[in-house]
This record gives sequence, C-alpha cells and structure tokens, in this order.
Amino acid sequence: MKFDDEPVPGYPLPILPGHTSPGRLERLLRKGVFAVTSELDPPDSADPEDVYRRARVFDGYVDAINATDGSGANCHMSSLAVCALLTRVGYAPVMQIACRDKNRIAIQGDILGGAAMGVCNILCLTGDGVQAGDHPQAKPVFDLDCMSLLDIGRTLRDDHRFQSGRKITFAPRVFLGAAANPFGLPFEWRAERLAKKVQAGAQFIQTQYCYDVPRLREFMKKVEDLGLLGKVFILIGVGPLRSAKAGEWMRTNVPGIHIPDSIIRRVAGAEKQADEGRQVCVDLIQEIREIKGVSGIHVMAYRQEESVAEIIQKSGVLGSRVPWYPGRDKESTTSSPKETA
Amino acid sequence: MYAVRRWSVRHARGMELFYAGVERVMVALHPLWSRIGYQRLERPVAGVERIVKGFLFDCQMCGQCALSSTGMSCPMNCPKNLRNGPCGGVRANGHCEVSPEMKCVWVEAFHGSQRMVAGKEAIKVVQFAVDRRLQGRSTLLRIARDKAGVANPAMVKSP
Repeated sequence: MKFDDEPVPGYPLPILPGHTSPGRLERLLRKGVFAVTSELDPPDSADPEDVYRRARVFDGYVDAINATDGSGANCHMSSLAVCALLTRVGYAPVMQIACRDKNRIAIQGDILGGAAMGVCNILCLTGDGVQAGDHPQAKPVFDLDCMSLLDIGRTLRDDHRFQSGRKITFAPRVFLGAAANPFGLPFEWRAERLAKKVQAGAQFIQTQYCYDVPRLREFMKKVEDLGLLGKVFILIGVGPLRSAKAGEWMRTNVPGIHIPDSIIRRVAGAEKQADEGRQVCVDLIQEIREIKGVSGIHVMAYRQEESVAEIIQKSGVLGSRVPWYPGRDKESTTSSPKETA
Repeated sequence: MYAVRRWSVRHARGMELFYAGVERVMVALHPLWSRIGYQRLERPVAGVERIVKGFLFDCQMCGQCALSSTGMSCPMNCPKNLRNGPCGGVRANGHCEVSPEMKCVWVEAFHGSQRMVAGKEAIKVVQFAVDRRLQGRSTLLRIARDKAGVANPAMVKSP
C-alpha cells in the first residue's frame, strides 16, 4: 500500500486531523489496516551495516520495526542510534525507551532527539531489572515508570513542555505506545492496568508473547468492557518456538511468559521442531486476528528474525499489501525529490 | 519488616481508616503546626514517620506517600519503583522477578486495594513521576500544609 501523499524516505507524512504523528504506523492503524510490526535484534557492534542487514530481512513484510532498548537488560547498540540509522533510509522504527537505564533528563532529551531524526513511534517501557541481563553489577535507575514516562511523552507532545514545566519550541510529533502482558499475574488486574496506560497517554499497545488464545480472548473481552476499544490499538505479540526445549526453557526462566503444555507438546511431537514452531506461530496469528479489538501483530523472533517473512507470508495477514521498504517504489522515490522540492 | 508489611496489606481496610484519621487530625492541627513552624517540625515528624511507617510498611520515605492508592503496599519496595501496577514479569507463584524470595509488591497491592473502600478506585488512578527532592521528608506535614492551602516553600510544584 502507498499513500498518495507518501513522501520520500526521511520526509514525514503530512499529519492528518486527529493524528499525532507523521508516521506510517499511525496512518495504517487509524485506517483500520491490520498492522504487522517486528523487532530488530540490535547488534553488539558499531557497524551500521549490521543494523541495515538485520532490518532488510523484514523488507516487504512489516510496517514498523522495534528498536529495543537494552532488552533483557543486556547491553547492545542503543535504540536511539538504531532508530537514527533506520530513519536515514526511511524505515519506520518504534523507538523503545526503558526506564531502567536513564533518568527523566536523559529520556526527554532522547524523545526530542529521536523525533528530530524522524522517529514517529515511541514505546514506553519500564524495562527488565538489571539482574536479568549481562551487567547485573550495574545501577538500576528507574527514575520513572512506564506510566509516568507515557505522561511525560504526552506532555512534551501536547503541552509543549518538559516535565519541569519549561517550554519547548517544537514538540515531538509522536505516536505513543506501551507494553501489556495479558498473561501476567494478577490476571484480573491486567486489563485495568492497560486502562491506566491509556489514561496516561498510550495510543497503541504491543503485548508480551501470546501462546494462549483463550486467555487472550478473556483479556480482550475485559478490555472491551472497559470501553478501551477505539481508544487504543492493540498489537498482539507472537513468536516462533525454535524447539520444545527452548519453549520449556522460556517459560521456566523468563518471568511473565506463559506457554500452555499443549503448545509445547505439539512442538515436541513434530519431526522438525523448528518448522512446527513456525507453523504454531502462523496458526496463532490466524486465530488472533479474528479476535475483536486486535489491530495487528508484533512478531518477536529473537535470533531467528529471518523466519519472520515466512511466518507473515503464510499467515496471510497482509493480503496483497506490501509494506513500504527502502527501494519498494524505485521509480517514484527517484523522481519525487523534485516534486517535493 | 516483610511479615509486618504483609500483615498491613491484609488489614488494608483498617489501615485505610487509621490513615484517613491521622490525616484529618494533621490537617485540623494546621494552625498549631504553623505556630510551631513546619520547618522546625520537619525532622521530628519525619523521624516518627520513618519509624512507624518503616515498621508497618517497610516505608522508604519517598515523601509522597501513595499507600492509600496502592492497597497499603508500599510501591517503593518494588525493585523497579513501579508506582502504577505490576510489571509483566510477575512469577507464576506471584513473586517478584527481581527478588524471587519476595511476593510482588503489586500483587499484594491489588489484593489490599480490594479490601479497601476508597482504595478500590484509587488504585486505578495514574500516579505521576515521583519528585525525588522529597525523599526523606514527611508526607503528613506536606499534606497538612497543602490541604490547608498554604504554599510549601520546600516543594516548588511543577505547573
């Protein structure tokens, strides 16, 4: 799909009435298009080509790429830098900001800087504790939590001021997102917590891995009862299991990930477990997309990003649509600079 | 103390009443406090708060007590200082992902809030960013002063 007012890479889209960002992701979601996002595994290197190589595997299959911010409390290239590289060639990144490593002074600076470089989507996270990562000896910051971060992002954008009250001259025009875990304890509180995030400024949500569709349905029902549909776009997290053993490891060692036995058994019973893991993911996507209130999927295929294209292809969620990627519209991108100039 | 902290959450209804009572008395005594001088009272009152709330809730003296909105479970005991609900990492047994030996502060908070009257709704209201300058200061004096409508020179509120 191409919008008729789609500019050349690096140029923002015009902001439509009721929109807050010049980004493609917000456009799609508000148009009611089923959106697909994925996550880039940030390199442990200073080579920009490492970032581009990892982004290219998603070409033509995703609408936005999440740039993680020290996910799992492990040290990698920063999300701001990954976003800077991605926006340079026109990709639509979702800049993740975790409260673990930075205080409000640094975070607000990053929001302004990210927006200045063309970041249109920001995902506000609390972040994992430092004990989970490769630097457990580090000082956890947690000056803010995801909720106050959302509020601060919204204040910058809508009120044109820092949390201190000091004015800014040009507001970051961003689409604000947050995470949700429909499968975390206490279950009965999870939809309420989502409501709180919406209250704090969340416009879209990307959830934790979903392997349990009945529980997701229950959650979405509560979300609907709270009157949140229409106020927030919910993208459900999915991902392929590499093997039954990997799934077993994930659910015992990564707090907050819930994988029912039936899924593990299904993967374990297959001859080629990785293939079956991908098939499970495809089936989940097809089931999830039918649930009322689901606006898209967020595919997290950590260290198997190359499988994302196949999974999305097989799931058929894109229909005939080819999400934009650098070089998709070869002729138009070479001719349009003149038109826009 | 962990066991006392959990006891306080189990008795969140009583704590809520007690808290509301103390607050009313503090606000009512505003003329007395201003006669003595809030500045002079700060250290002794904060000291008492530290001991009493420290015993009952493992209070961390953030200076902007949110207990009545958090089911009487002090959110500053959350290793991530979450003020608005549990993170996504709560373990299957309801324990904390960072400190596995401890029950999640927010799982406790949720149960505590269900025992309360105003607290049941208060937990749904977003708590904004903590003012770190208030660390170690008395919440009760601040409330007495704020509710009595007097500007607090120590705390310049952001607009």
